[in-house]
Amino acid sequence: MFKIVHAQFIAPGIKRFIIEAPRIARKQRPGQFVIVRIVDHGERIPLTIEKSNPQKGTVNIVVQSIGKTTHLLNSLDTGDSILDMVGPLGKPSQIANFGTVVAIGGGVGTAMAYPTALALKRAGNRVISIIGGRSKDLVILEKEMREVSDAVLVTTDDGSYADQGLVTDKLRQLIDSGTTINLVLAVGPIPMMRAVAEVTRRQNIRTIVSLNPIMIDGTGMCGGCRVLIDGRSEFACVDGPEFEAHRIDFDILVQRNAMYREAERRSLEDYRSEPEAKKAGTKFDDAVGCTAEVK
Amino acid sequence: MPATPTKSKNPLPNRDRLKIPRQHMPERPAGERAHQFTEVNLGYSADLARQEALRCIECAKPTCTEGCPVGVKVKEFIQLIVDGDYLGAAAKIREDNVLPAITGRVCPQEDHCEGDCLLKKKGESMGIGYLERFVADYEQEHFDAKNIIKATPTGKKVAIVGSGPSGLTAAGDLVQKGHQVHVFEALHEIGGVLVYGIPEFRLPKQIIRDQVDYMRAMGVEFETDVVVGRTVTIDELMEEEGFDAVFIGTGAGLPQFMGIPGEHLNGVYSANEFLTRINLMHAYEFPRYDEPIVDFRGKDVAVIGGGNTALDAIRSALRLGARKAYVLYRRSEAEMPARIEEVQHAKEEGIEFHVLTAPIEFLSDGKGWLHAARCQKMALGEPDASGRRRPVPITGSEYDLPLSVAVIAIGTSANPIVQSTTPGLNTNKKGYIEADPTTQKTSRSGVFAGGDIVTGSATVILAMGAGRRAAEAIHEYLTTSQW
Repeated sequence: MFKIVHAQFIAPGIKRFIIEAPRIARKQRPGQFVIVRIVDHGERIPLTIEKSNPQKGTVNIVVQSIGKTTHLLNSLDTGDSILDMVGPLGKPSQIANFGTVVAIGGGVGTAMAYPTALALKRAGNRVISIIGGRSKDLVILEKEMREVSDAVLVTTDDGSYADQGLVTDKLRQLIDSGTTINLVLAVGPIPMMRAVAEVTRRQNIRTIVSLNPIMIDGTGMCGGCRVLIDGRSEFACVDGPEFEAHRIDFDILVQRNAMYREAERRSLEDYRSEPEAKKAGTKFDDAVGCTAEVK
Repeated sequence: MPATPTKSKNPLPNRDRLKIPRQHMPERPAGERAHQFTEVNLGYSADLARQEALRCIECAKPTCTEGCPVGVKVKEFIQLIVDGDYLGAAAKIREDNVLPAITGRVCPQEDHCEGDCLLKKKGESMGIGYLERFVADYEQEHFDAKNIIKATPTGKKVAIVGSGPSGLTAAGDLVQKGHQVHVFEALHEIGGVLVYGIPEFRLPKQIIRDQVDYMRAMGVEFETDVVVGRTVTIDELMEEEGFDAVFIGTGAGLPQFMGIPGEHLNGVYSANEFLTRINLMHAYEFPRYDEPIVDFRGKDVAVIGGGNTALDAIRSALRLGARKAYVLYRRSEAEMPARIEEVQHAKEEGIEFHVLTAPIEFLSDGKGWLHAARCQKMALGEPDASGRRRPVPITGSEYDLPLSVAVIAIGTSANPIVQSTTPGLNTNKKGYIEADPTTQKTSRSGVFAGGDIVTGSATVILAMGAGRRAAEAIHEYLTTSQW
């Protein structure tokens, strides 16, 4: 059992948990993730690690209510426990002094971009961050990103905060203004990462994205998380989760992620019709999508 | 060393023993079981077990024991069954095999003890697996933790990485020698491939839980949710957590794919993923359990491969409601690596075997889902490196087989996590850990390895044999400090 030391909504439908997990806290590096199983009949899902505190033995995860399991998790509170949490999984981000790095976070993806941006800053890079959300409430970790970035550009889809537009608009503006960019890191919804890859492909800028495909064990056994990289199967849990964006077959990724859409919808509906789901009730109860650039 | 002579209480002269036919394993009717995940075999009654045990001709030099990868004293435990001392028989097996209820169900006995049984030359071999299962189940029903005698503690600590058959065997042997044994498991349940790979209808999960509980009672400690290499490294275990030796039994790795067009279509599974969803995650009980699986009802499904994993997968697909269930295997039935009993059971349940057949492309329905497999017929040519006759494609033999789901069960490759995070641990060119075949010693002092992470995909009992050899060598290393 993994105890929740602290839980708090940081945006509508997005909750930060501080969880007691000393082994994971000690080993976690930027770019890695955990897999959790909340209850006995539950599924295993991969989740973003925002940061960890090795001294206190705690790990922060940031969770957006999307399907049944994330809704269930976000109904838990300080003092509750999670049945299983395993990690840190995946390869850590490559940290080096590349020069100028643009770190892009879309919605809850910002929580995954943050630790890598921090490490890249410490490695001597000039870090320009672009963070976006569908609306003001869904721009998360702005303060934290400002602390680790030389500049932070913010967008909202609806213009309710900062500049109206998409993160890719800001990226294009940076490129058009003649800024030399050595590396782009983008974490967010697939359509956003794909759009970023299209922008940087033309400029031949090295671009890393963090993928979150369907995954079960997360330890290099089941092969469910296979992604097509340069026409070859690679596995997000052991070869990723970060990949060179220009080599990814995004069509296959999107197609495979939709494989269980009907079952996922049914699970969520069933969950919402259960009376105990009401205990999840907070002003941030409703599921919300995160920013997505859909062409 | 000659086996301890035991006086037989078998009242029958050999010629009468030879007249008794091999006792059939009672099983659920094929028509009924093909739609359920409940266990197929029902187990011997005491009468059946006695009748089968009476067949043993008690060879002076038991070839069955020689054929067993863990050296179970078959003749002696069968004699104890004849005596009616079932707990004694179980204890006799446990001297060499800490997982009798599991091997009694899943071991390919025809390749080991039963394959080497002298009775086979005269007709049918002894039902050694069935008898092993009988005494193990009897022991479980009459289990009392108080009867477990614990060895004097040696003060030495051993870490076991992975709780599959090799790890559990090493753990059981080492704890009986008085060492403190701590097993790390990456998943949330103990048992490794026994839990995620082998379906309920062949090995009920409760059997594994019972055997693990027995090991807990023996003093073995278990810790789930630890991926050694990621959560903690081998070096940290030895330098910071005080382990004197480590056994790596991390098992089969990532599934292999065929590299043919269409393999990424929805509806194409690896056997590992498909079986993990069903066995570990209970997807066949969706929505009571949250893990989903493709809806198989009324669909045509094929597995590609001819091993036990392939048969486990296709028989699971049938139980999920598949309309047609095919095995596509590129060689002939004679080369199929699966247990004979599983092939028979699968046929009885209505699974169609398309041998000398291999898919060369998966075809899409235009919406990203599998629609059919383009198959090619094969002929057998000269033997290849594996000693089996090589399948050679027959040109012009292509045909399309309509399919909604395909499960690829053609083997696995090495899981890289431990190797890539343990400096100085030598691997072969395929990425498997190099270990001495008799001591299971690796290139790192104090570190041993065995099972699929050393040999590549093999069987439960071969992994257990490796765990047993490793335990022997670990014990010697811990008592002599000589590497």
